[in-house]
Amino acid sequence: MTLEILSYGFMQRAIISGIAIAILCSVVGLFLVLRRYSLFGDAVAHSSFGGIALGLLAGIYPLWTAYAVSLGSALVITRIRYRFKISGDASVAVLLSAGIALGLILISLSGGFTIDIFSFLFGSIFLVSTNDTLLILGLTGIILVIILVLYRQLVYSTFNEEQAKVSGIPVEKINYLIVFLAGITVVTSIQLVGILLISALFVLPNVTAIMYGRGFKQTSLLSICFAIFSVVAGIVVSYIFDITPAGTIVILSIGIFAVTLGIKAARSS
Amino acid sequence: MKVVEINDLTVKYPGVKALDKLSFSINEGDFLGIIGPNGAGKSTLFSCMLGILTKYTGTIKFFGDDIRKSRNYLKLIGYVPQKPIFEKNFPATVKDVVRMGLNHSDHQLIDKVLQQVWMHELGNRRIGDLSGGQQQRVFIAKALVNKPKILILDEPVTGVDVQSSEIFFSILRELNEKQNITIIWSSHDMDAVNKLTNKVACLNRTLFFHGVSNEFFENEDLVKQYSEASMQQHMHFHETN
Repeated sequence: MTLEILSYGFMQRAIISGIAIAILCSVVGLFLVLRRYSLFGDAVAHSSFGGIALGLLAGIYPLWTAYAVSLGSALVITRIRYRFKISGDASVAVLLSAGIALGLILISLSGGFTIDIFSFLFGSIFLVSTNDTLLILGLTGIILVIILVLYRQLVYSTFNEEQAKVSGIPVEKINYLIVFLAGITVVTSIQLVGILLISALFVLPNVTAIMYGRGFKQTSLLSICFAIFSVVAGIVVSYIFDITPAGTIVILSIGIFAVTLGIKAARSS
Repeated sequence: MKVVEINDLTVKYPGVKALDKLSFSINEGDFLGIIGPNGAGKSTLFSCMLGILTKYTGTIKFFGDDIRKSRNYLKLIGYVPQKPIFEKNFPATVKDVVRMGLNHSDHQLIDKVLQQVWMHELGNRRIGDLSGGQQQRVFIAKALVNKPKILILDEPVTGVDVQSSEIFFSILRELNEKQNITIIWSSHDMDAVNKLTNKVACLNRTLFFHGVSNEFFENEDLVKQYSEASMQQHMHFHETN
């Protein structure tokens, strides 16, 4: 039956897009987790809610407005954070609530919740078009190339900002770049798991991999493997049992995390 | 040959002068100990020297060039902070951390600098699993990987046990004597500074003394005067913080 499922065009697009998003979220997410900025993905996703509502109200493709609003608000909040020395968690809370508030006002202006809004809130991976898949693959490629080119600067400034600065790395610019990449990744990933569960893809594979991996590359590769397994298995299982893919993907990620905790506990005792 | 020249360096924070008209120079091959109580301006001085703090008056020159005009001097400097802040579970091995100092991976060089700090056997261990003293040796290795002419260390053995501190001091002495690396080291530990350094700078927001270590430590009156001034500064620091 599994092989038959894989012959469907919508399933192939879902799996290809899902794998690309899994790689993207785990690679970008590792930098956020290690910077204690885990909920940043959640905040950007919530701000994209305002962008999606704006697009639906204005009759523009909602993902474009989501990209614009999310990236704009993420960069502005980062600027405010530096300028006024606001802590990371407080800036995340501001971004998160502002996005939801804007979204709710715009939705009420446009006549209330519709099926479109729900598909963005909870994801709609089986509805991904060929154009969406190409966009996801293109953005994944570009972001991975940027990360590979700036790998040392990204890792070093994540490890210790002060030392990285002394070594001549433009730490503030790198921080803005991470925020920018995270913003693009979040909006690109909304179609897979939706606004409400997006941060799980950033956080869960990485916190699990950190418990196994020794070096940065090893941890990153492990995280990618966990993420791809959760996404592909989640898509297939959700189709077979006719349940939500977003919830299934996240529950599988939590399962891997729980098994890892069990192994760690058994080893330490 | 003077490798560092500081002239009239003044740093003002709101309502207080952190450094007041500091002037001194450091020669190539010097092992300079910078001593002073909390709030004396040691970390502020280092922040200025490393280009982290730029709001100051006066001039700082490295190798004859004003650091405001070029940051190239940083390539010739290794810096070891007081207690490097990093995520405890950061997935980086000892070799990964040393590699961060390099633009291109060079396994032989990484092994060589780890040998210099007696850490080559722990190259594949996670940095967060090491003791504070071992971590500081790794950070020296990371600083050495770029073959620096000057090593700046900001109270590197604070919170490190006596045995690890002794190993650390032996490594510093070797780097200074055998490789002629100029060392600038801030510390609270007057005894260690007396044993290790050839020059000393006593800081108390202003420069109380700068010169040959023996001349300072063998002059009991001078040490007493400095200790009293330091104690007043120490009390003031704790009253206002």
